[in-house]
Amino acid sequence: MAERNEIKKLTLSEISEILDCEIVLGLDSLDVEIALVLSSGMMSDVLAFAQPGALMITGLTNSQSVRTADFADAAAVLYLRGKIPEEKTIQLAEELKIPILSTKMGMFDVCGVLYAKGLRGVC
Amino acid sequence: MPGTELYQKEFFIKGGDFDKAGEVSTEIKSILKSVGINSDIVRKVAIATFEAEMNVVIHANEGDLKFILTPVEIRITVKDKGKGIEDIELAMKEGYSTATEEMREMGFGAGMGLPNIKKNADGFELTSEVGVGTLLKITIRHKKA
Ligand SMILES: Nc1ncnc2c1ncn2[C@@H]1O[C@H](COP(=O)(O)OP(=O)(O)OP(=O)(O)O)[C@@H](O)[C@H]1O
Ligand SMILES: [Mg+2]
Repeated sequence: MAERNEIKKLTLSEISEILDCEIVLGLDSLDVEIALVLSSGMMSDVLAFAQPGALMITGLTNSQSVRTADFADAAAVLYLRGKIPEEKTIQLAEELKIPILSTKMGMFDVCGVLYAKGLRGVC
Repeated sequence: MPGTELYQKEFFIKGGDFDKAGEVSTEIKSILKSVGINSDIVRKVAIATFEAEMNVVIHANEGDLKFILTPVEIRITVKDKGKGIEDIELAMKEGYSTATEEMREMGFGAGMGLPNIKKNADGFELTSEVGVGTLLKITIRHKKA
């Protein structure tokens, strides 16, 4: 078989398990499949490379992070270092139907782990 | 009749109001989805509108955003009162930003906003007067001519 740098898909539920996430929102979306990742602390960086269905990983839990995920048509948002948005931001995510996960890990480790599992960055 | 307005709405944007920042763009996205505009077009409009809205919140005192939907295109016009842009060519450069450390900690100041707007728009016009304000006009086609 030819050597291929094959992109794999993981469901949100698999990602949640691998990164030991708290599922803050979206228990009913755990079978959504993810192949691509957008990771940045800068919102317009995420928007510059927006691809429908990507997982957005960020350390910022303000309401603009949820809106950014929505505008980028991201499949879900993963917050780092155990951060969880405030209640009204979670409500906004619920209105916009964006699942939210939170892991205790930091950006470098999360990206390393997901890369090793076959996910790829957008750019 | 191309150019005829189907729908028009105006929004006020307050500088520095991070509580509301992004609401206007969310509403515009929801309007476009509700009238059945293709999702790739909706994404372009939402990204460009959000970047424009955030620029008013971050860099200006206040602004008005006008949204017009015609049978062929979406027009977004943002007119703000604020410090204006001295060098537009410089401001358009990817990575150029005058955002403060405080803004960066909130996720703004990558210097990608204006380039993102331009990239997503079919028509792009940016004019500014230092000490007065900035005018941004963009159009995005949703029907092939
Ligand atoms: N409405 C505005 N009024 C005054 N200055 C502006 C306005 N919009 C943009 N600028 C200036 O142009 C620069 C570049 O804008 P741009 O949107 O590309 O980046 P940014 O807003 O600094 O960061 P980002 O959009 O990536 O979060 C800004 O840093 C600011 O100096
Ligand atoms: Mg900007």
